[in-house]
Amino acid sequence: MTSASLPQGRSKAKAPLAVRLKNDLYKNGCLYLMLAPTVFFFLLFHYYPMFGAQIAFKDFSPGLGIFDSPWVGFKHFASFFGSRHFQRVVRNTILINLKDLIFGFPAPILLALMINEVNNRFFKKSAQTISYLPHFVSQVVMCGLLFEFSSLTGLFNSIRELFGLTAVPILQNPAWFQGIYVASGIWQGAGWGSIVYLSALTSIDQEQYESAVIDGAGRFRQIWYITLPNLIPTIMIMLILRIGQMMNIGVEKVMLLYNPLTYETADVISTFVYRKGILEASYSFSSAVGLFNSAINFALLVTVNFISKKTTETSLW
Amino acid sequence: MKIKKSLFDRVFSGVNGLLLLIIMFICVYPMIHILAASLSEASAIASHRGLLFWPKGFSLDSYGLVFENPYILSGYGNTILYVVAGTLLNLVLTTMAAYALSRHQNRVRQAVMLGITFTMYFSGGLIPTYMLINNLGIANTRWVMLLPGAVSAYNLIIMRTYFAGVPAALEESAKIDGANDFTVLARIFVPLAKPVIAVMTLFYGVGHWNAWFNASLYIQNRDLLPLQVILREILIQNSTQNMTTSVEGFDKMMVAETVKYATIIVATLPILALYPFLQKYFVKGVMVGSIKG
Repeated sequence: MTSASLPQGRSKAKAPLAVRLKNDLYKNGCLYLMLAPTVFFFLLFHYYPMFGAQIAFKDFSPGLGIFDSPWVGFKHFASFFGSRHFQRVVRNTILINLKDLIFGFPAPILLALMINEVNNRFFKKSAQTISYLPHFVSQVVMCGLLFEFSSLTGLFNSIRELFGLTAVPILQNPAWFQGIYVASGIWQGAGWGSIVYLSALTSIDQEQYESAVIDGAGRFRQIWYITLPNLIPTIMIMLILRIGQMMNIGVEKVMLLYNPLTYETADVISTFVYRKGILEASYSFSSAVGLFNSAINFALLVTVNFISKKTTETSLW
Repeated sequence: MKIKKSLFDRVFSGVNGLLLLIIMFICVYPMIHILAASLSEASAIASHRGLLFWPKGFSLDSYGLVFENPYILSGYGNTILYVVAGTLLNLVLTTMAAYALSRHQNRVRQAVMLGITFTMYFSGGLIPTYMLINNLGIANTRWVMLLPGAVSAYNLIIMRTYFAGVPAALEESAKIDGANDFTVLARIFVPLAKPVIAVMTLFYGVGHWNAWFNASLYIQNRDLLPLQVILREILIQNSTQNMTTSVEGFDKMMVAETVKYATIIVATLPILALYPFLQKYFVKGVMVGSIKG
């Protein structure tokens, strides 16, 4: 019986792809219809630009268009690597990311641990509500606030004067740009970022704490031996995502905050692409810079994910 | 069983609570400062140094100047339009695609899913996208604020995960009664997915509200600009001149400052006023999103 029914099942599974597709189209036509606009969207706005990124290997001329412009190989990559900007933008991109990884990444974890240690329900709720608030201040307004507080008569300089220091133009000082960038990011994002950890904390079995208390474990020991280990999977996922972005800094916030006086420490790959590509219209060159950035980011993410999969069995895919 | 708290535990709680209070203060203080400054008299605020909790003098002049600026009003209108129309488009496309991708797995839909996920990690870059949008002819139209972000891969994955958890039996029984997938989605899945749809509405909505970069790249027609671009001109690029033409000399500089404060309040108050009501959805959303898809 089984030997007779087996080949039948197998032949059914092995019907030609075209036939199966046709059957599926007939049976689930609506699904394809629902999916069509989204697939079209991704093809047009995500995959076509990937295809268009070939101008990084060409000398783009508007008259010839993307496809007919002549191939030049790695010319634009070479000229980027050789330019005096290369070191500056790569260094700044990595430095800002490193500072954000060291200070910005642990901030929401710490905040979540602190909120978690509060016993009073009302205080806990208020701490959450208020610390999420800065997330809803738009980036433009947040940078506007920074401009206001950083002006010569602004709040930050009043605090400096309180300590006997003189008022200085804060946002014009290259030495402070990266610190301001990271700190304002923490102000805006730490509370919001803590949600994901807090939600992981709610799923910890309370009995673990009860038995720890009976064993005489104090608050720090409970945090160290129960809370933190339970957070590790969440932390790992967030860390993979974060390290996968190590070569990436969004153009928007830097553009709002920097000025030619602070380019030395503020100019990053994405702002460089913006100025070269949009303002100076060197499409091929800036595409090459952008593609270099995308490729490194992707490689980083894959590598980090691989390492994490091997060592902690946590992975994105 | 009640366990007596040790002295250390009580000190720990005290220090922890105090630190949290300081953090909370740092989170809200900037908005209090700006609100107080915006309601103050321009001359009083110009000479003020340090923290500010209460208006110095009282004047609503700066708010008057803000609302006299035609671009703030048109920017507000445009932003509301982009938020409403953009979010609607986002929701319709995301819901349909998430439903389709969560039903009857097969190779085609797996491939589509992979293709969509890939875009989260790799992109063609700013310039190829810029060239595409200029070629499409949607630059300098309202479409450029709606179409390029029509679906977010991240949100789509969240929603698909949610739909995948709906039992297939619900769908099958409706199908036996002759319903097609559109009916099943609209009558069964959408009502079931209300919480996740609320979250998506908020994620997309806040995204549209904050968007300025695309507008600054593609829109030259000032009548189409969203609020955030106007804010950037006023707050960052310092162009308050056309708002303070009626004021002269040194006063002008002082008034320019309070106008900025008032602008910040006018642009932020709606979101902050809605925030307490929306908060629970946001929190839920991050939790839904943290489920690995």
